[in-house]
Amino acid sequence: MQVTMTVNGTQVSEDVEPRLLLVHFLRDTLGLTGTHWGCDTSNCGVCVVQLDGLPVKSCTVLAVMADGHDVRTVEGLADGPELDPVQQGFMHEHGLQCGFCTPGMMLTARHLLDTNPHPTTDEVREAISGQICRCTGYENIVRAVQWAAEHPKDVATEGVSP
Amino acid sequence: MQVPSPFEYERASSVDEAIALLQRHGEGARLIAGGHSLLPLMKLRLASPEVLVDINALTDLQRIRVEADAVRIGAMVRHAELLASAVVGEHFRLLHEAEQVIADPAVRNRGTVGGSLCQADPAEDLSAAFGALRAEVVIRGAGGERVVPVRELVTGPYETVVAPDEILTEVRVPIRPGTGSSYRKVERRAGDWPIASAGAVVRLEGDTIAEVGIGLAAVGAAHSVVRGAEDAIRGRAADEESIELAAVRASEECSPTTDQRGPADYKRALVAELVRRVLRTAIARSRGEEA
Amino acid sequence: MTTTEQPAHADVGFGRRPRVEDARFLRGKGQYVDDITLPGMLHGAILRSPHAHARIVSIDTSEAEAHPKVKAVITGATLESLKLAWIPSLSHDVIAVLATDKVRYQGQEVAFVVAEDRYSARDALELIDVDYDVLDPVIDAQRALDPGAPVIRDDIEGKADNHIFDWTAGDKDQTDAAFASAEVVVKQDMLYPRVHPAPLETCGSVAWMDPVSGKLTIWCTTQAPHAHRTLYALVAGLPEQKIRVVSPDIGGGFGNKVGIYPGYVLSVVGSIVTGAPVKWVEDRSENLVSTSFARDYHMHGEIAATRDGRILGLRVDVLADHGAFNNTAQPTKYPAGFFHIFTGSYDYPAAYCTVKGVYTNKAPGGVAYACSFRVTEACYLVERIVDCLADELGMDPAELRMKNLLRPERFPYLSPTGWEYDSGEYPRALAKAMEMAGYEQLRKEQAEKRARGELMGIGVSFFTETVGAGPRKHMDILGLGMADGAEVRVHPTGKAVVRLSVQTQGQGHETTFAQIVSEVTGIPSADIEVVHGDTDNTPFGLGTYGSRSTPVSGAAVAVASRRIVDKARLIASAMLEVSPEDLEWDRGKFFVKGDPSTAKTIQEIAFASHGTQELPEGVEGHLDAECVYDPPNLTYPFGAYICVVDVDKGTGQVKVRRFIAVDDCGPRINPMIVEGQVHGGLADGVGMALMEVIAFDEEGNCLGGSFMDYQLPTALECPSWELGETVTPSPHHPLGLKGVGESATVGSPPAVVNAVIDALKPYGVRHVDMPLTPAQVWRAMQGRPFRTDLAITDE
Repeated sequence: MQVTMTVNGTQVSEDVEPRLLLVHFLRDTLGLTGTHWGCDTSNCGVCVVQLDGLPVKSCTVLAVMADGHDVRTVEGLADGPELDPVQQGFMHEHGLQCGFCTPGMMLTARHLLDTNPHPTTDEVREAISGQICRCTGYENIVRAVQWAAEHPKDVATEGVSP
Repeated sequence: MQVPSPFEYERASSVDEAIALLQRHGEGARLIAGGHSLLPLMKLRLASPEVLVDINALTDLQRIRVEADAVRIGAMVRHAELLASAVVGEHFRLLHEAEQVIADPAVRNRGTVGGSLCQADPAEDLSAAFGALRAEVVIRGAGGERVVPVRELVTGPYETVVAPDEILTEVRVPIRPGTGSSYRKVERRAGDWPIASAGAVVRLEGDTIAEVGIGLAAVGAAHSVVRGAEDAIRGRAADEESIELAAVRASEECSPTTDQRGPADYKRALVAELVRRVLRTAIARSRGEEA
Repeated sequence: MTTTEQPAHADVGFGRRPRVEDARFLRGKGQYVDDITLPGMLHGAILRSPHAHARIVSIDTSEAEAHPKVKAVITGATLESLKLAWIPSLSHDVIAVLATDKVRYQGQEVAFVVAEDRYSARDALELIDVDYDVLDPVIDAQRALDPGAPVIRDDIEGKADNHIFDWTAGDKDQTDAAFASAEVVVKQDMLYPRVHPAPLETCGSVAWMDPVSGKLTIWCTTQAPHAHRTLYALVAGLPEQKIRVVSPDIGGGFGNKVGIYPGYVLSVVGSIVTGAPVKWVEDRSENLVSTSFARDYHMHGEIAATRDGRILGLRVDVLADHGAFNNTAQPTKYPAGFFHIFTGSYDYPAAYCTVKGVYTNKAPGGVAYACSFRVTEACYLVERIVDCLADELGMDPAELRMKNLLRPERFPYLSPTGWEYDSGEYPRALAKAMEMAGYEQLRKEQAEKRARGELMGIGVSFFTETVGAGPRKHMDILGLGMADGAEVRVHPTGKAVVRLSVQTQGQGHETTFAQIVSEVTGIPSADIEVVHGDTDNTPFGLGTYGSRSTPVSGAAVAVASRRIVDKARLIASAMLEVSPEDLEWDRGKFFVKGDPSTAKTIQEIAFASHGTQELPEGVEGHLDAECVYDPPNLTYPFGAYICVVDVDKGTGQVKVRRFIAVDDCGPRINPMIVEGQVHGGLADGVGMALMEVIAFDEEGNCLGGSFMDYQLPTALECPSWELGETVTPSPHHPLGLKGVGESATVGSPPAVVNAVIDALKPYGVRHVDMPLTPAQVWRAMQGRPFRTDLAITDE
């Protein structure tokens, strides 16, 4: 069936099987491979994207259920060449190693900071508690989010350019 | 990766349309709300509905309203919304405490109250929480609405009194001034299903337990509550002796199974311990002592 | 990071600096195997056995073949005709690619479907009808050698039991004598249960056999692309120059991606059969039930000591559960890996161990998960039993360790089982950890809590790692020596490229290996490109595992870089018209002794090496060098860890309150990356100690086959790690580096377990097997812990 949605600010319209999972719609149909897949049971959270601004596990959402809605993926985090403060924070604080959980972690972090600009470390840990990282032991992810909180967009433009 | 079998997809724009779609497609049709219980089962091909009726457009069911003596929670209210609701937190601390430990934040953004209750997973927390609160659910079908106590909703694992062509539309939770409540869950790690959970709701008259509700999740309590334990302490003094009595009765009354979360003897001991803790807190809160 | 904070040559050499690989990962532009799409690409899916042990009576694929989107269905019979049904394992056994006679574990590969899309491939699996004759399985390793136990490997001619090997290390007589004279002997059984590396990216491959050129390209989740290429050549008879293995971005490895899995081979066969590229990617259950697990060591330890706490000897018997095929990845000479490092960090004369390997109806593997070839099990054994000894003696476990730690003057130290520890200052590391923890104060707090009936525990562990495998004369995998090549090429403009034999899975090689070249040559690391993970573009080497990248490949790069500098000296001498001996090296330039203003930078020298400058006799043009590094010895990183836990005695829940880790891995190339590696390993340790396990029920069903069942720690179970460091360089590594990738995974589990058991001391608990779930902790308090490798029962 035909689905139409906004992905990273651009409207897309595709004909899909009803059973197609949103994660596969993004990856295979649209070629947005920044959203990853890691388990079948909505436990690992590497597939997290924002649906209407909220972090959701895209392996447990049908593409047809996102019809008419707004999706944001890691490819939509940066503003052109300028990285989002969350992206800068992840680099600055070494919040990623293999990079597989990173997109989902960053989209959750973005949502957290949008709703709670100065989270405590406990609040950061709670926010990412449905997302597994096997590399970082979470420490530097927490620091990365705190860094982003301390460097909101208008003042974080200088310095980090990978 | 695991993917569901093929199915047809329908989207309902009203409750009546959803009911009509369920009737038209018969037993092979299933409602999908948040999808966080159903889709994993479909990926494992343990569930293969022929038709999915998506009710996410029914925003009428996504409201939390306060009426004179009850809070009415729409079936499509997401877990995160229940957790964020100030009015819910004000009247029913145990609902917030339960929602803080149901799955994880991303899942709570999608999963719904009605979906959790209707999935009727034996380890699901809301049946225990609403059961302790003696909430009621509104079930609608082609012939109209009926109101059923939550304590009569679930008939067995993954089975409820909701007929294949009916929709659970609302949960009504009675507001009773002077009530205190508390919910505790023990899990192997954050986001896991409970090894055991317990919720308690207490209203005191003086130092006497006038009303009490005790809900348990994941330990085989009939309808997720322990009536015997409630009966044992209703009308008794709100003291440690009563708490202990309820704890022991609850652990005897439930029937946990041994699995990889733990052996049954541990789960029984855990039930006793959790009932002690939630009763103590609920009693303190009903006295207006914050705990 | 603002540029004003940076010193002048911030980009030269070792030091903290952001990673170059982050640029793509942060934008979602990494390229993992499943991100690869080729024109006309097909998708494969594997049908797996639901049974642990069953004879295959028949397989009917007709319905699957009739599916309109299915291109091929491959069974064991297909592979037999290609002589690919069985392939060599990494331990001189064989493994089945697709089962032909029997299935030997739940999840074993039975058939392979190739279809137009991944959903159809999955659908078609349900159309294959396999008739099984179910056999009794062997699940409990402790019963595998019982008389009358079902024989799993009846494919091996004459095999009448489930025995794989017996292996010993150390001096038995000397050890027996030490025990005979000891005042105190403590014995303890302990299980290091089966756990899984569970990288978030599952295993997968895209294979493309180009029918025109005859070249096979396989993009694959591999930690060892060169070893894979050679094995494909040896097994399939394909010419090695016509095989290209590419390891693109890898979403975590942890040892899980060392071996060759049937799925990789099947994607190749699928491409040959269909003439199209074939992608195969595991689902999560496939990854957990069928790929390399780790551990599964049933250990019996005995420690001998004097009454005042001087350790005299250690004796260990191990029963090793290797699953249905012996497919552990480890050097050929060492069937139990480096387990005989179990003597640990202490100074005593006698040690002896026996290891008996057995087959069971479980997935094969054994060495995986950041373990340095069984050092993890060895460290756990010694660190647990030292705590048991402390308990017996009534001594503080930190004091007992301090009393027995190897002193600095004992290095290089030859251990009772024949290992030469290269360097170490052990007491300094432990003292530092105790100081950071506020050890005395913690013990006071614990005493006060105990008096109130609260359970708090303090766990200490000290580890010696054994990494950088290894010297060619001792170490090989299937005959391939464990040396690594490196090539450094400086371009005319003074920029450089370094080509590695090893492969990153998140360790940051693209950053750190540029820093190694930079450290030696003075070329800014931003000017150095790191090429890795592609057998067509890199020198041969055995890959990344066992923390070997820095000690072996890092040494190769350092030596090659030094050769660049040596050559640069000769060219600079021609440029400056002085003799080479009259030049001094100030990282990045040569200058004339006594005249620092007369100098040539490495960039100027590079250009001259490609230009018209007349070169000294015997010096060829260009500025390139290479090295194949055969390490003279292993390296021995070490560290001291302290864990503080609170145990809820009503529920059995454990909360890790603090974790202090002092690591010594020699000099640090990039401290930020080292700390990240340690953080990750510490979380691994918390996971293994408290929640991770792959258990089996009596029918052989895997009870850890999804992330609902196989529990991994989240941010809420991990504390904020407190790190410290000491620096003891390796005397034989060109830059003194030791490697750190697995240190924390080795050192942290015993610290957590020791802490929990310390908390449970009021209940008389001396040992409980991992994972210390709430149920297990509660049962331990009742004096009735359960076996964690089997299904929990009511017993």
